[in-house]
Amino acid sequence: MNRKADVVVIGGGPAGLAAALQADAAGASVLVLERDKEPGGILQQCIHNGFGLHYFGEELTGPEYAGRFIDRVKQTGIEILTDTMVLEFTADRRVLAVSAEHGLLEIEAGAIVLAMGCRERTRGALSIPGTRPAGVFTAGCAQRLTNMEGYMPGRQVVILGSGDIGLIMARRMTWEGAKVMAVCELMPYSSGLNRNIVQCLVDNDIPLKFNHTVVRIHGRERVEAVTISEVDVKTKRPIPGTEETIPCDTLLLSVGLLPENELSIAAGVEMDSVTSGAVVDEERQTSIPGVFACGNVLHVHDLVDNVSHEAELAGRSAAAFAKHPAPAARAHRVIAEGGVRYAVPQMLSDKAEGKIDLYFRVGDVYRGAALLVKSGERTLLRRKKPIMTPGEMEKVTVDVTGLTDDVHLSIETEG
Amino acid sequence: MRYDVAIVGGGVVGCAVARELSRYELRAVLLEATEDVAMGSSKANSAIVHAGYDCKPGSLMARLNVRGNALFTRWCEELEVPLSRCGSLVIGFDEADRAQIEELYAQGVKNGVPDMQIVDGNRARELEPSLSDQVTCALYAPTGGITCPYELTIACSENARRNGVELRTNAPVTAVEALADGGFALTCGGERVEANYVVNAAGLFSDDIARMVGDDSFNVAPRRGEYLLMDRNACHTHKVIFQTPSKMGKGVLVSPTVDGNIFAGPTAIDQTDRYDTEVTQAGIDTLRKLAVRSVPTLNFRAVITSFAGLRAVPSTGDFVIRPCETAPHMVHAGGICSPGLSSAPAIAEEIVGLLRGQGMDLREKADFEPHRSHIPAFRKMTREQQAEAIAQNPLYGRVICRCETITEAEIVEAIRRGARSVDGVKRRTRAGMGRCQGGFCSPRVMDILSRELQLPMEEITKFGGHSNLVVGKLKEVKRV
Repeated sequence: MNRKADVVVIGGGPAGLAAALQADAAGASVLVLERDKEPGGILQQCIHNGFGLHYFGEELTGPEYAGRFIDRVKQTGIEILTDTMVLEFTADRRVLAVSAEHGLLEIEAGAIVLAMGCRERTRGALSIPGTRPAGVFTAGCAQRLTNMEGYMPGRQVVILGSGDIGLIMARRMTWEGAKVMAVCELMPYSSGLNRNIVQCLVDNDIPLKFNHTVVRIHGRERVEAVTISEVDVKTKRPIPGTEETIPCDTLLLSVGLLPENELSIAAGVEMDSVTSGAVVDEERQTSIPGVFACGNVLHVHDLVDNVSHEAELAGRSAAAFAKHPAPAARAHRVIAEGGVRYAVPQMLSDKAEGKIDLYFRVGDVYRGAALLVKSGERTLLRRKKPIMTPGEMEKVTVDVTGLTDDVHLSIETEG
Repeated sequence: MRYDVAIVGGGVVGCAVARELSRYELRAVLLEATEDVAMGSSKANSAIVHAGYDCKPGSLMARLNVRGNALFTRWCEELEVPLSRCGSLVIGFDEADRAQIEELYAQGVKNGVPDMQIVDGNRARELEPSLSDQVTCALYAPTGGITCPYELTIACSENARRNGVELRTNAPVTAVEALADGGFALTCGGERVEANYVVNAAGLFSDDIARMVGDDSFNVAPRRGEYLLMDRNACHTHKVIFQTPSKMGKGVLVSPTVDGNIFAGPTAIDQTDRYDTEVTQAGIDTLRKLAVRSVPTLNFRAVITSFAGLRAVPSTGDFVIRPCETAPHMVHAGGICSPGLSSAPAIAEEIVGLLRGQGMDLREKADFEPHRSHIPAFRKMTREQQAEAIAQNPLYGRVICRCETITEAEIVEAIRRGARSVDGVKRRTRAGMGRCQGGFCSPRVMDILSRELQLPMEEITKFGGHSNLVVGKLKEVKRV
């Protein structure tokens, strides 16, 4: 089947839905391709609350947050094809997808929005030694089994990694009657939100062990125990003699998320090796003209509220491109350095002017330090922050009118 | 009912023997202890079809490896099993290595290995550009190749069943009684199975089976080998790269797989536990250190999983392939370590010859079907074939495993062919073998297994036994 749309959105999660709504509002015809049976993405399995404080000014559950966008989409002419998997897209903006209902679909797109989200790092990627029994799950996989399928993955649980999904699952499984023995975190700080550490671990008396990792998995058929060990703060290698074996039947992994960019890489989109997402400009346009990216496929966010804002920008940009396809020339780079791990956007086009939001993450915990944004000799911004941690994405707004040089973000510590 | 022959063990050897015996008018049964075929050494090894230069001339290993290597082409064609004759290199870094390589070459000539060459470092790097610039010489064997060991095993079992062999899984043989008439009564899974002949292909447990009829002429010891499997982008290596061998085996190798991944391995650790396939930090460290000597650009950040397998090392130093000393209607195919996979088709022929020698009546079937088809893979089809496949079966349009692009139609067909667990589906389709390692698709594969097998989710396992994936429904699980 052959089709056409002004804007094709790949992925019907929070990013895809927000992008679709804005593209539709700008007058574009919009087609959303979603691989799951319903739109909403991972939000549908996040049945806890805490979503929407920034975007809606109230606290919603994941399905409620998704539901608001889905309700809005229903009032528009946006078409969503579910149970539909995109197999590839090309630089001339042809999208090939497949579904049981429609077979192979070839779609000619005026613009494409990439909103495929991210996946979890696995045990294999970490090379955790030990046996390979049942009972080792990524936290998100366990969350799906619990919240979508209605099954308990295990009774006695150790969690490796203090990412938000792991923290949420520590509480969830405790409430369902499981015993969460410990959460181990390799780093001396958590990559999760502070509110989740308090509400999920502290409130449930679950120990959080910093500078710890799992060094061995035991059990032939089902996990029987894991051995954890303290690690050297600098080398991250286990310290001999600090091992402790904890009996459990389940090991959950919450050790990081990776943007799912197989389609983007195959199409030739330029990638950022730090974010594992595309390199984009202030419009969220990638290196391929007319292809935009937003949400967790661009860089992993902590808050869906930020995803929605970013996706709206990408959706507006995609609609504008579909109407007037004019590739923007890249004028200046946005460079993360001196304690700043990455910044998005990584580029500014020659059209960039006025106030622009820069999102960034730091590489370590900084207290009382300042963020410095410079372009040549010009200081665009210096802002002191009481604390900045790798677990929380930061945002600053700078005026980029009349720039003549690249933009540099760095951390300025006292003294 | 008494069977003409019972084959004990559903590894690559047992399944190849079953397939070879299915050419004849026989009532045959294959007894497998676990829930599926290819669950032991056959699922976790180097997947190499060895050329045959590293076995001692005159040994069974040498003869069957070279013969097996030659047979692989036909077997893989008939069974639609992937085989790539990518060629292998044994690389050397100094004069001592060169001496060993020359020895291997001479041995290969004696064993009848065709087309080998000793090449210098530059020629070696022309053949395999990813090689270290420290390499000074290499033995190149163009007949060396790679296959998929569990797929070969599964294919043999499917083809054997198609030709009338009965497969019983979850049927561990716990006792064998030699009967007065020369036949046997086997106790397996609480049942008594009688057969005129027995083929002992029990791998790591083949010495146990022999001892059940009083034959203690050999022992089998497990030797663990650990592996690191990398994503497709880890480096571009197209040939099998060995370092010079040691007493413990063929050394650490770097090799492509037939699916386009790269692996490094194995280690070689002697142990007594015949179930322990643990991966250790020490093993991982060893592999990282040794593998980069061969291929310095190997990217360990691209590791997607690590695993270990056990080789069944015979105390005799050679494959134990001969009639049992105490009950000659039992024929051993025991202690099959490397090059067991390469030899498997030849071992099957050998076993049939030995059974004939013991008086087995072998009449060829008129209607033997040598062909078996792989489950048609959506990802390997042209666009036209994909459209046609979906028109025939809409489940080809539903992608379940997104990393490897595996559709629901393939998973349903795998279950129809005998997969009963998530790993069984994985080995037959590749669902869950990609970079997310089943993070997204395993709940959906569990759903499909539950639906197709009409089993509750609580009974769905990773690989049979007690490897259950969920412990119960919410609210029905007791609080800890």
